[in-house]
Amino acid sequence: MTGFRGATGAPGTTGTPGTTGTHLGMPAFPEAAREAVRDGVLRANLRHATHTIRDKRARAVAELADWDRLRAAGKAVKDHTLRHLDRYLLQLEAAVTAAGGTVHWAVDADEANRIVTELVRATGEREVVKVKSMATQEIGLNEALEAAGITAYETDLAELIVQLGHDRPSHILVPAIHRNRSEIRDLFRAEMGRWGRPAPDPLGDDPRELAEAARLHLREKFLRAKVAVSGANFMVAETGTIVVLESEGNGRMCLTLPETLISVVGIEKVVPTFRDLEIFLQTLPRSSTAERMNPYTTMWTGTTDGDGPSAFHLVLLDNGRTDTLADETGRQALRCIRCSACLNVCPVYERAGGHAYGSVYPGPIGAVLSPQLRGTASEIDASLPYASTLCGACYDVCPVAIDIPDILVHLRERVAQGGPATRDGIRVRIRPARRHTAERAAVRASRLLLDRPGALRAGERLLARARRLAPRRLPGPGRAWTDTRELPLLPAESFRDWWTRERGTSQ
Amino acid sequence: MRAALFVTCVNDALYPRTGIAVVRLLERLGVAVDFPAAQSCCGQPQYNTGYRYEAEPLVRRTAAAFAGHPYVVTPSGSCAAMIRAHYPRIGLKAEREGRGAELADAARSLAPRVYELTEFLVDVLGVTDVGAYFPHTVTYHPSCHGLRGLGLGDRPRRLLAAVKGLDLVDLPGAQECCGFGGTFAVKNPDVSTAMGTDKTAAATGTGAEVLCASDNSCLSHLDGLLRRSGAPLRTLHLAEILAATEEEPLP
Repeated sequence: MTGFRGATGAPGTTGTPGTTGTHLGMPAFPEAAREAVRDGVLRANLRHATHTIRDKRARAVAELADWDRLRAAGKAVKDHTLRHLDRYLLQLEAAVTAAGGTVHWAVDADEANRIVTELVRATGEREVVKVKSMATQEIGLNEALEAAGITAYETDLAELIVQLGHDRPSHILVPAIHRNRSEIRDLFRAEMGRWGRPAPDPLGDDPRELAEAARLHLREKFLRAKVAVSGANFMVAETGTIVVLESEGNGRMCLTLPETLISVVGIEKVVPTFRDLEIFLQTLPRSSTAERMNPYTTMWTGTTDGDGPSAFHLVLLDNGRTDTLADETGRQALRCIRCSACLNVCPVYERAGGHAYGSVYPGPIGAVLSPQLRGTASEIDASLPYASTLCGACYDVCPVAIDIPDILVHLRERVAQGGPATRDGIRVRIRPARRHTAERAAVRASRLLLDRPGALRAGERLLARARRLAPRRLPGPGRAWTDTRELPLLPAESFRDWWTRERGTSQ
Repeated sequence: MRAALFVTCVNDALYPRTGIAVVRLLERLGVAVDFPAAQSCCGQPQYNTGYRYEAEPLVRRTAAAFAGHPYVVTPSGSCAAMIRAHYPRIGLKAEREGRGAELADAARSLAPRVYELTEFLVDVLGVTDVGAYFPHTVTYHPSCHGLRGLGLGDRPRRLLAAVKGLDLVDLPGAQECCGFGGTFAVKNPDVSTAMGTDKTAAATGTGAEVLCASDNSCLSHLDGLLRRSGAPLRTLHLAEILAATEEEPLP
């Protein structure tokens, strides 16, 4: 857990634990995954959790006869919105303003953090309750608030577990998926008292007991908090309505009880009309929690006298999204509605766990989002496009039909041989990654061989002659194969030579 | 009927028995087989690793080698999916980048003429019982590119189920990737090995004697793991099982 920003401390002392946005100095995916692969408990936890939810999702989806049409409709609405994003965002701003809210535009993480920090400061408060916001994790808001002397309390149960554990989220929907209940009980016992109401004593590891402990701990904060920070699942351009879907009801507490509500939302979350929600309110719950409908859907439009927060601020976050939109293949990642179905079916995620992806967006969608939002300069971001076997299971389950394997190959191309990209609104040409020099040379050499059948035949004969040498371990990159696997047994004769011997000529 | 065999570079160099099996099988079913010698690699390893420019000459070569052949048959779901799904994309990108429309046309022309072996048998020849005999217990792993890329569905299983003497047993978690993934196997060796070990454990657990698939690339990874662990399970390409008869059993 070293090398990550802001993952230690208790409130008011050395820092706000929990969800960090950036993962500076993160090792490449293969190294980060190695530890998880060897952790038998973690693998068992992940396997159990992902298989349970993927089976339930399949059943929930199979209930709808028009799933394919819903999927196509969701894709179409998102694509249309992204194509006219400028127009819909301005419409959204006008609608939110007309309803009594205030809209702020943040081009990057720093600007968004500055805006939120100033808004909280202006209230005179020193603490905020938070719910449902991957966007604020993406930008590292908790750390920014902490630097300004403001404590942020996560109120989603899983986020609370992550925060109490000085940990990082490892799943989009179930951020504490890597923890089992006895670990959670130990965390509650040790940490809750430092943050507010201590855990009841004694405390067992029965889920109901743990939920009750969290309820008591959080209720105290909900009733005290004057400022809340949230994210959103959707924003409706025509009405200025913001929408959050959740399971626990903690979000509704955050969204209705405080005096000031600040919502930080990525610009891609807008949909044109209220009617469009009809699609996503069906596809999102079924894809994520395998529920026909999520227990709590909260919608708010500006402010209303005597009901809910009296001040509402919407911070619209770009942070690499416009650059991603400029890329013809990569832009489809912005359709994502954060359901996490792709994580739950991904065989790589299942073994590597969420932390290996070095981002709040793990799994297949993280592997295509992070290198686009953050660029491919760092080791972790350059390795993410390769963190997949391209098996296609993620594309099959995606409720908005994001062709993740296609984007992965596209981003591999950017890493391996460079190409055009947009950074900070400027068209640039990414240069091929340096660490791929040897690989590039090997690919070029193999292509020269493969593009000349005569040379290929000679090479195959050479291989056949070398078959008696048959090494068990290979040096260099080949070691990655022979460490755990035998090499294929070399044949005495290639197919090409067999054909010529048997059939004489080929045409 | 005539069909051209695209044997693939992996089968040509490492698994010639699979290519030979396809020739025997097709000829037994009355299909005359051509082997255009100008063929080579389809370019998938290069393309999937991010080297699209290096894949382009191979796309051009493959398209030229099979120009004029109405049926191109290949014993690899992965290479068939590359040609069908990605060749048109590669051609389109080359065209947009101003490297001529000829590659795009060639790619578009070849894509619909390529058949994975089981597609050719079931859809074109209209057979599921190919007259094979293989008296062993077999479990089948549907490789991802055949399963999801081509949508082979139950074609391989129907062909296997019709083999005389063959006892087909279900593979638990069959639709999960084996962890080969081309260069993934060496770029992410730990995750790849973990996935492959789960797959071989599931296959061994069925009690089958043979683990069968329609892609030797996946089998090279699974076979490598099985041989290293000393498990008694052997791997075979589907074509070799379908080619085996009572008169001519597997060599």
